[in-house]
Amino acid sequence: MAAAPGKPASAQAATPSVMTRRGFLSTLGVAWTAFAAACAAGAVATTRFMFPNVLFEPPQQFKAGLPADFQTGTVDQRYKESFGVFIVRDEQGIYVLRAVCTHLGCTPNWLEAENKFKCPCHGSGFYRSGINYEGPAPRPLERYRIVLADDGQILIDKTKIFAQEKGEWSSPDSFLKV
Amino acid sequence: MIEALKHSVNWLSAPPRFFTITLAAFFVLLFPGELGPAWLRRLTRPLQTVYRPKVGGIVFAVLGVLFLASCFDPNFALIVLKPDNVPIAAMIFLVAFFVWFGLKEGRRNDALRAAEQPIIEKRESGDGKVMVWPDLVYTEFLCMILWTIFLIVWSICLKAPIEEPANPAKTPNPSKAPWYFLGLQEMLVYYDPWIAGVLLPGLIIVGLCAIPYIDKNPKGNGYFTFKERKPEIAIFLFGFVVLWVWLIIIGTFLRGPNQNFFGPFEYWDAHKLVPLINVDLSQIIWVKWMHTALPRNPILREIFGLTLVAAYFLALPPLLAKRWLKGYYEKLGPTRFHIMMFLGLTMLSLPIKMMLRWTLNMHYVVTVPEIFFNI
Repeated sequence: MAAAPGKPASAQAATPSVMTRRGFLSTLGVAWTAFAAACAAGAVATTRFMFPNVLFEPPQQFKAGLPADFQTGTVDQRYKESFGVFIVRDEQGIYVLRAVCTHLGCTPNWLEAENKFKCPCHGSGFYRSGINYEGPAPRPLERYRIVLADDGQILIDKTKIFAQEKGEWSSPDSFLKV
Repeated sequence: MIEALKHSVNWLSAPPRFFTITLAAFFVLLFPGELGPAWLRRLTRPLQTVYRPKVGGIVFAVLGVLFLASCFDPNFALIVLKPDNVPIAAMIFLVAFFVWFGLKEGRRNDALRAAEQPIIEKRESGDGKVMVWPDLVYTEFLCMILWTIFLIVWSICLKAPIEEPANPAKTPNPSKAPWYFLGLQEMLVYYDPWIAGVLLPGLIIVGLCAIPYIDKNPKGNGYFTFKERKPEIAIFLFGFVVLWVWLIIIGTFLRGPNQNFFGPFEYWDAHKLVPLINVDLSQIIWVKWMHTALPRNPILREIFGLTLVAAYFLALPPLLAKRWLKGYYEKLGPTRFHIMMFLGLTMLSLPIKMMLRWTLNMHYVVTVPEIFFNI
């Protein structure tokens, strides 16, 4: 249409123009400035959203009581809900298993009667030691650092993880001899 | 008598048996009297009558009666009549009916064409065309009204499956994905997350997108047919019915607490003891057969699994092109054939791995946990 030659095009151009070139450009400038400002405000809001006012982060280190609080041959679940750990005591000592399945991250259940951890999502099974032996989990449950604090309490440090397949369970911090 | 029947159904629904039955039923019902040696063909030929409307109707009626009768069993009713599972029970019959209907119409058209008579679509519409208005729009409008009524009644009658507030320390047992993802969840039992959750779903989507570029058969457009598109229909239905719908069905009805398998008439005992001690291929070969310790070097340790996987994906397609699928290779050409083979073999790797897990407790064919690489 724009390329149509002759009278109609020139007749249209000759009608009293409401908008000059300068006016058009300044309107365009205002529109684009408004659009860019809206985008920037959106970006700022999105970025702000990433930094919440209140962030619930349970402490990464906690004291779990005295070693004598844990009976030999038990899997203790008292810190499962608050800190996501199983505290296991056997004849030699105490170790702390991270309650996160190594397959896709569900929380496994400890089945006392079957003497195993079993994940309800895809059926991975782990021995009391945390070693995977059934279902799809590719590696054992991870262990957290466990040491004795100065006051004789167990100190569990969730920032340090020990993986069996990397041979880290032989590290002295992964196991508390009692 | 009835107890014995329930027991045998439970026994038959153990996954390796149930899958073998499903697979056999799939091929026999899709190609009755056409596959296998002469005796098998003679044996299965009478099943062609299933595609007659009367016989098919009787089969569906019998299945429906059996299903309703099963609902008198408390364990069966508990799972099947759970509000979330009702649509899946309906899906079994709906998928079966529409697959049957499509194949029935296709076979009818094939017979009409063989007798040189006009096909169904032509008979119904005259010139093979109908008007959008009123034929299509009117039907759609009626369907919309009826479905709205149905959904309202449904949402009033069956409660939404809402549970207690989420608690990271308490995972429901069993934990199940929404029904349409149960096939994916079932795949995750057999493969690592990066394969079952990323690679295979990605390839399913890519493969579906690739269908129009791989499928060079122009026939069957706008009318029912079976004879003209046998391999295409068989491959699609295998992927859809056997590998997707079937996995949803077993994921819904047979997977119980701790993701153990339960028969349809079995009580969901959270303490059911199932010995499932995994073995890897490397353990079977090095420890069980060669009586040596696993080699330290991961590549040497996994050499057999790696060879097997490489042979499956690299050596099998050329072999198939030369020997058993020669006609298909010539029909598609090398590029299309090899893409098709890659997608098809990936698809087939799922039932293979499932069978290996069920029968041998095979954990991984190749496993390098050090770098999180397991197949």
